Amino acid sequence: MGAGHAHPLHLDHDSRIHRLPAEVKIVATLLFTIVVVITPREKFVAFAGYLLLLVGVLVLAKVPPLWLAKRATIELPFVLLAVALPFAGHGERTEWLGMSLSIDGLHGAWNIFAKGTLGVLASLLLAATTTTRDLILGLDRLRCPQVFTQIATFMLRYLDILFDDARRMRVARLSRGYDPRFLWQVKAFAVGVGALFIRSYERGERVYLAMVARGYGGRLPRPDGPGATTADWARSAALPVAAGIIALAAVIL
Amino acid sequence: MNGVAMHIANGIVNAQVSAVAAAVAAAALAICVWRGRADLDDRLAPMAGLVAAFIFAVQMLNFQVLPGVSGHLLGGTLAVVLVGPWVGALCVSTVLIIQCLLFADGGLTALGLNITNMAVIGTAAGYLLVAGLLRLLPKTPRGVAVTTFIASIVSVVVASQAFVLEYALGGTTQLSLATIAGSMAGAHILIGIGEGLIAAVTVATVARVRPDLVYALRRFRNARPAVTPATKTVGVQA
Repeated sequence: MGAGHAHPLHLDHDSRIHRLPAEVKIVATLLFTIVVVITPREKFVAFAGYLLLLVGVLVLAKVPPLWLAKRATIELPFVLLAVALPFAGHGERTEWLGMSLSIDGLHGAWNIFAKGTLGVLASLLLAATTTTRDLILGLDRLRCPQVFTQIATFMLRYLDILFDDARRMRVARLSRGYDPRFLWQVKAFAVGVGALFIRSYERGERVYLAMVARGYGGRLPRPDGPGATTADWARSAALPVAAGIIALAAVIL
Repeated sequence: MNGVAMHIANGIVNAQVSAVAAAVAAAALAICVWRGRADLDDRLAPMAGLVAAFIFAVQMLNFQVLPGVSGHLLGGTLAVVLVGPWVGALCVSTVLIIQCLLFADGGLTALGLNITNMAVIGTAAGYLLVAGLLRLLPKTPRGVAVTTFIASIVSVVVASQAFVLEYALGGTTQLSLATIAGSMAGAHILIGIGEGLIAAVTVATVARVRPDLVYALRRFRNARPAVTPATKTVGVQA
């Protein structure tokens, strides 16, 4: 985690999509993903249509395609599962290049690959255009229970504390000649984990009490402005509505 | 931070089962929000955040199970011992929601499945064991550590079998269920041991240095008459 309120998947620049309030982006992403998932897997054209829609968002958000592709590799384990399915699946089989492939497995592989990829791309676009702070503000505006936003706020702040403290302790161990080679030397690491927890907690507690002393009551102050306008909602609805039309067209035709 | 980590993605389990799981998760979390609100005092609020951050960090450690299926530490039991079952389940689900929204880890429509498995079933299994074992074992740092270790293993395996059940009900392809169940259980026993060790060491340290922070111990230090695990009431207020 870098400094401030960025997260590693955030792309820090300005675009139409970046400027949209977080809550409308969350809802649009959720609806789009639901449409993608309920689309029957044989409607190949529909999935191409969804991909085009996401490319449109990508252009509007000025996200470099390569940047996005690199981060989409998070999906690789599931692609591997998809590759294994035609070989491991049951049911009717077909011959291709001398390999016996299960038709159900092939369909399943396509299903996981297409729906998984589209979902990951949509989430990545949301993450690339939304800062941590905006995301929590968006969840708050969507009436997400305060307990959640409170835990999430602290979690994201404590992650930095945790990583910084872990780094400091590692440097301290190394500078005292720590060079583990054998299994029984893992004790230093184990004790370190517990110490890390206590240290981070006590740091976090001080920060929390300081916040309480300054009037924190479970919710961070909201920035001025009314939040999402009707126009924002309408603009962001374009994505799920277009996806819905594609899905309907694919099913009816 | 960009490890190859992944929860259930979109399209692995069909829409009907995903929708049922989402409903189960929403109902369970509503109960947790209701019960957890009373727990979340000045001491527990920063602790809940830290536990969530800690779980977030340990969930980045991933182990390959099958091609495409990887397992990772869950952290539900650690959360139960330190912040109690209600806030604990909320911590784990917050981690899952943030991972899904900010790190594209786990499908948005599979969020219900992921929360049901890891935050609800995993945490509930951990809680029942912790509550049961702490009646038998001494309420010392060592006793809590042993409890955490055992409960972690069981809770991780139970959560992994919940995935197998969902896959059996609504998997989008037919794979041999016995293979999945076996390899998930085998791998998650190992993962559970790893998680148990990390959680036990952490809890033991916290119990030694700041016993006031351990929810599981606080309950028993409380002068209130013993409460049954099923109808457990709020711990001591700060």
